[in-house]
Amino acid sequence: MNITQHEPQNNNEYRGVLIIGETERGNMHRVAYELLNKGRGIADACGENLSCLVLSTENSGCEELCKRGADQVYLMKSPVFAAPEEVLFASNITAFIREKKPAVVLIGATHFGRSLAPRIAAALETGLTADCTDLRIDEEGNLEQIRPAFSDNILAHIKTINRPQMATVRYKEFREALPDENADIRIQEIPPYIAEYPDVTIEKIISIGDMDITDAEVVVAGGRGIKRQEDLALLWELAQVLGGQVGVSRALVDAGMASSNIQIGYSGSRVKPKVYIACGISGAPQHLAGMKESDLIIAINNDPSAPIFAVSDYGFIGDLYEIVPRLTERFRKKGGCHEV
Amino acid sequence: MNIIVLIKEVPDMEKVKFDSERGVVDRSSAPAEINPFDESALQAALDLKERYGAFVRVLTMGPPQAKESLGDAFARGADDGILLTDRKFGGSDTIATSRTLAAAIEQETYDLILCGEKSVDGDTAQVGAETAELLGIPHAYYVDSIELADEGRVRVTIENLCGNRQQRTMKLPALVGVTKNIGKLRLPSVSRKLESITKEFKTIGLENLPALSKEDTGFPGSPTKVAKIEVPSVEERESQIFREDSNAFESKLEEIFTERGIIS
Repeated sequence: MNITQHEPQNNNEYRGVLIIGETERGNMHRVAYELLNKGRGIADACGENLSCLVLSTENSGCEELCKRGADQVYLMKSPVFAAPEEVLFASNITAFIREKKPAVVLIGATHFGRSLAPRIAAALETGLTADCTDLRIDEEGNLEQIRPAFSDNILAHIKTINRPQMATVRYKEFREALPDENADIRIQEIPPYIAEYPDVTIEKIISIGDMDITDAEVVVAGGRGIKRQEDLALLWELAQVLGGQVGVSRALVDAGMASSNIQIGYSGSRVKPKVYIACGISGAPQHLAGMKESDLIIAINNDPSAPIFAVSDYGFIGDLYEIVPRLTERFRKKGGCHEV
Repeated sequence: MNIIVLIKEVPDMEKVKFDSERGVVDRSSAPAEINPFDESALQAALDLKERYGAFVRVLTMGPPQAKESLGDAFARGADDGILLTDRKFGGSDTIATSRTLAAAIEQETYDLILCGEKSVDGDTAQVGAETAELLGIPHAYYVDSIELADEGRVRVTIENLCGNRQQRTMKLPALVGVTKNIGKLRLPSVSRKLESITKEFKTIGLENLPALSKEDTGFPGSPTKVAKIEVPSVEERESQIFREDSNAFESKLEEIFTERGIIS
């Protein structure tokens, strides 16, 4: 086992903030811009540098990272980074971190980020805090990592005694850093430390096609109030006319009526759309944990005492089977969303 | 083939009550159960056993009562179970937990390690990948199908990685974290359930893990420290409620959606 014995570590050797940029279908994932915003604040509070590491086959997107606040972008460019694989990416990032010794490492809590970050933390024998909702520097210059736990019932403030201090942050948790067209562009291309990992062979990349629910601007979600699987079509029709996606509560996944890919809540996805329409969802804390940050929350439920109403901006007490088709019809007449 | 399934005992998160005054989970308010994602991992192991033949061993780390979950897993079809329990493991963060699990796994014969993609209580999804790294083996998360491939490899399909599905093969031994879509755990048979009541499981403490020192595990082995627990106030919104008058509700939504650029 690769347990290194605990060598005394000099925390003062570690300086600056490092962000790992992830490319998705050839584009920079926007969570990097959000990390740059938070990372800039942390770096400034410590009077240190903000850098960014990108593992990619090409240099698309690196300039944008500079414009949005990175003092330095390192591009580890190689054809081996064409498709994501944890061991190869993690071993290269680990080697980079060992060399550069950043005090703070931030990674987007995307699927790949959540799979990759623990390998890096374990290799470096350091702590990792998942899904932070806030990060700040305390009086001693340590990173205070704040994350919700137990269905968002508590906020834990966590500190890491080792270096680097590592955290993942969910997409859409922070605002994006804005681009500055006059920013200095500093991009350094570096070769990979490790260029192959024969134990894993990627055989096929299959396009999912449909949009990730966490990217949707409108989410129409159904819960226990939906009686049959085919009734989800009512929600899809409304979602379509509003240019959105359908989500479900855990009840429908457990009942086998929907895939967990579209489950919203503590044990599913967390979404933060412009509009969230909860149809027949009572609003258990576990569900609220996944959607309460939405800009506008609309609740439709026939039970006036449903907790969902307390967190909603507009509510309708009544039968979703009547009101949802009426809304669809009304917005369709109006011309629907801009793209349609 | 030897399969180890990592399971965690968690409170039923749909039922558990939270004591906001004291900032702690009231574990007596809900029954403990196998983490639902780990149940799917167990089902995946049982499916592989059915298809290829395998010895399925479940491994859990927790308080002595976590052997109940081992009994449950045995009743569902697991061949054996190991309980990692010791006061010195208490307070372990994810890396200390992973070191402890890895030290125990290294003492066993294994080809494939399965676990759920995350636990519903901690929700970090870190222990699987950290354990794989410490064991020096590859891993894949968000897997919804597993089959054996040639040359001692396993073929998995990952639901979503960087916006695409991915099919890959990994040399065994490997660790695979599954989603619930891989399958729902079947109910135990009555005879097996009865058998599980008297089934004994191996219990491992720190003294049984020579590779692990007391500085590697528990609170001393955990680089992350909880500095403070805060109970956030629930942000209620000023809700405008409509009853019966669906026209007024529809008009309001139309107005606000137009204002916000959702519809033109």
